[in-house]
Amino acid sequence: MVALTLTRKLAILADAAKYDASCASSGSEKRNSAGTKGIGSTEGSGICHSYAPDGRCISLLKLLLTNFCIYDCAYCINRSSSNVQRARFSVDEVVQLTLDFYRRNYIEGLFLSSGIIKSPDHTMEEMVRVAQTLREVHLFQGYIHLKVIPNASPELLAEAGRWADRLSTNIELPTDTALEHFAPEKRPAEIRTAMARLRGKLDEAKPEGKPKAKPQKFAPAGQSTQMIIGADAANDSAILTRAAGLYSGYNLKRVYYSAFSPIPDASSKLPLRPPPLMREHRLYQADWLIRFYGFDVPEIVQGGENGDLDLAIDPKLAWALKQRQSFPVDVNRADREMLLRVPGLGINAVDRIIRSRRHHRLTLADVARMTASIDKVRPFIVTGDWSPAAPLTINASARS
Amino acid sequence: MAPSQIVWRTGSDENGLFEGGDEMLPTPDGPVGTVPRQFMELAAGVIQHSDPERFAHLYRVLWRLQQDHQLLSNAGDKDNSLLAHMASAVRRDAHKMKAFVRFRSVFEKETERFIAWFEPDHYVLEGTAPFFARRFAGMNWGIVTPYSSVWWDRENLSFGPGGRKSDVPAEDAVEDDWKTYYASIFNPARLKVSMMKSEMPVKYWRNLPEAEHIAPLIRNAKAMGQDMIERAATQPPAHHMRREARKPEPQQIGEITSLAQAREAVQSCHRCPLYEHATQAVFGEGPEHAEVMFVGEQPGDQEDLAGKPFIGPAGQVLDAVIEKVGIDRKRVYVTNAVKHFKFEPRGKRRIHQRPDGGEVQACKFWLNLEVEYVKPKVIVALGATAAQSLLGRASVTIGKMRGAPIQMEDGTVLFITNHPSYLLRIPDAEGKARERAKFEADLVMVREAIAALEKTP
Repeated sequence: MVALTLTRKLAILADAAKYDASCASSGSEKRNSAGTKGIGSTEGSGICHSYAPDGRCISLLKLLLTNFCIYDCAYCINRSSSNVQRARFSVDEVVQLTLDFYRRNYIEGLFLSSGIIKSPDHTMEEMVRVAQTLREVHLFQGYIHLKVIPNASPELLAEAGRWADRLSTNIELPTDTALEHFAPEKRPAEIRTAMARLRGKLDEAKPEGKPKAKPQKFAPAGQSTQMIIGADAANDSAILTRAAGLYSGYNLKRVYYSAFSPIPDASSKLPLRPPPLMREHRLYQADWLIRFYGFDVPEIVQGGENGDLDLAIDPKLAWALKQRQSFPVDVNRADREMLLRVPGLGINAVDRIIRSRRHHRLTLADVARMTASIDKVRPFIVTGDWSPAAPLTINASARS
Repeated sequence: MAPSQIVWRTGSDENGLFEGGDEMLPTPDGPVGTVPRQFMELAAGVIQHSDPERFAHLYRVLWRLQQDHQLLSNAGDKDNSLLAHMASAVRRDAHKMKAFVRFRSVFEKETERFIAWFEPDHYVLEGTAPFFARRFAGMNWGIVTPYSSVWWDRENLSFGPGGRKSDVPAEDAVEDDWKTYYASIFNPARLKVSMMKSEMPVKYWRNLPEAEHIAPLIRNAKAMGQDMIERAATQPPAHHMRREARKPEPQQIGEITSLAQAREAVQSCHRCPLYEHATQAVFGEGPEHAEVMFVGEQPGDQEDLAGKPFIGPAGQVLDAVIEKVGIDRKRVYVTNAVKHFKFEPRGKRRIHQRPDGGEVQACKFWLNLEVEYVKPKVIVALGATAAQSLLGRASVTIGKMRGAPIQMEDGTVLFITNHPSYLLRIPDAEGKARERAKFEADLVMVREAIAALEKTP
């Protein structure tokens, strides 16, 4: 076989990595390279250094160590039955690319995943070596996200967490049945067991109360996962139920929803159509409402039909339109919980309302100054000088 | 001095039309007032704005603040919102500078230096330079803008005059790889140009090396996406076929003939839907031929994560009482009526839910196998669920059935008592002590039963 140039490998192994949605580089510990010979810093919120024409942020150098893979997951561009061109980086090549890109301010750090070669342990070990070399040899203080290979030994997971800011294990699909169908070599329970192990390590590193000895650092930006949307028949209710279960069990920072996108040399088992981007967007909105606005899965799904979210309007508005008896809400009296459920009011707006209504009775104009769009809020609230004409004659204007 | 009496100018401005000279400067006569900290923070941002009126705006608000100390908390005030907008424009500009500076490497006297050209909208270089110093401590670098430049020699920041784009290197050896990366990480099936433009405004493109790829990527996206959809999958490559051929036939889960086999097979159990959300099945643990088997309800949060039964708080209560009453832990097998954790997600916690009759029934298969292979002489049902499962009944009242051995058809002796988690839920200390005493008494009977069975061969 003719040896591939580094640039060609980069093209192949970046192309192979782009189906992982996460490019986040936020939420790690604060650190920098001041006073060292090294480079790199993480200061809370990550930076998007570029945007591709798909509108997605480019924050990390997202690569696969190799796209050779012994697994044959139908949804994956790198499955063993695919004819995509294969390539493999050496540990040093990835380290060098990361440093070269970082020094030029192209990236916040590295996101490294891999096809499974030889064995889960062998693959994980190589990935850990990349992170370790960056940290120990090159004193690299930038962000590192490592993909966890389920079934890799607990010792390797501990090593990975020592060097990486974030670790992730992909749940891949919303139901075990779908995963078993599309990814015959993967075991759903093994994926969840990997997440459970990570949670154990994360808990050890951040114990409740004051620990006697300083616990060993472990992935300060936590763990995340990804679910592919639209490859199987699961409805939004099944997807969100799975996500809620994962959030509650494994202390996840994020569940990423990735609209299944046609891939080169795709398997005939899969629906080859443009990715359901709006569905993906609605799922992110619903996920947000569940985590920060006090909604539960059945409530959110109730806004749509047959277990799917309404694609035309956002999930909070959809819920409110089916819960007209709960509106209008008096912004001068309602508790925080209820204010958070008003379409158009975000957490910041609600906090501002609660703070300022202590001083004086709020008018519609007051509320307008505290929120991005009063038009969206108006039909759902009562203020000192405003109440909707009829009990919620919300028409097409609210829906648009 | 009132704002209307002041004309603000910056270093490069021509003199104002009615400028009078130094004699117009007021003479200081005592303290001039106070400045809230919040104003200083705001001013630190606003002062970097490119608007020549920035000093006048700031001074006007400072002046008004002397009369109205609460001015800054009035979000509806026109001056306030103007300053807030200016500060936010500066913040955004500084953020985009952190994002879009692109260094190019040059060697000068065998030292590598990284130099960038950047055109900010506002005077953000000084404020943003420390960020680059913290991030690129181990590099020699410089950033040149039209109005000023900053240099870092691995120890100190120093500022110099502004310059031109031609002052920085025209190329860089790594830039082509960066462009390759940019083109490869783009997914043509998800084209969303407006999103890109709102986050990476076109005005920055001329200094971003990757931007030359944007137009061709957009142009070809549709065709690439369509091609992926229309092209049928090709024949799998030879290496895949060889590996498939080597794969052993999928093992049919046949007759289970040992405890070890049951332990393995339970992981692929789909007899009820609980497997979908639990982490893993939690099988029993203990010696293969234990004399006594404790059966709980189902694994809890910690058991589910670790894959071991009775390791959480309830397990600790059970262990303590077993030890206290003097049952030999080495002769004990612990398991649950249901092997998967049933829960209701609530934020970051999983709230235990009692398994229903169908789930208990479905899981009886595994409990039966455990009883069959461990062959305990005594079984202890901890709680109603375990008792229902073992007795095959829809309901069991523990209060009525505890305290007396039940002879089972297969010759084992069954005792029924509370689940140890029940003891943990009792709020008052008195009730807790009373119930714990009853639980201990039940386990003393278990100990006596084991001893009696040993005597009768």
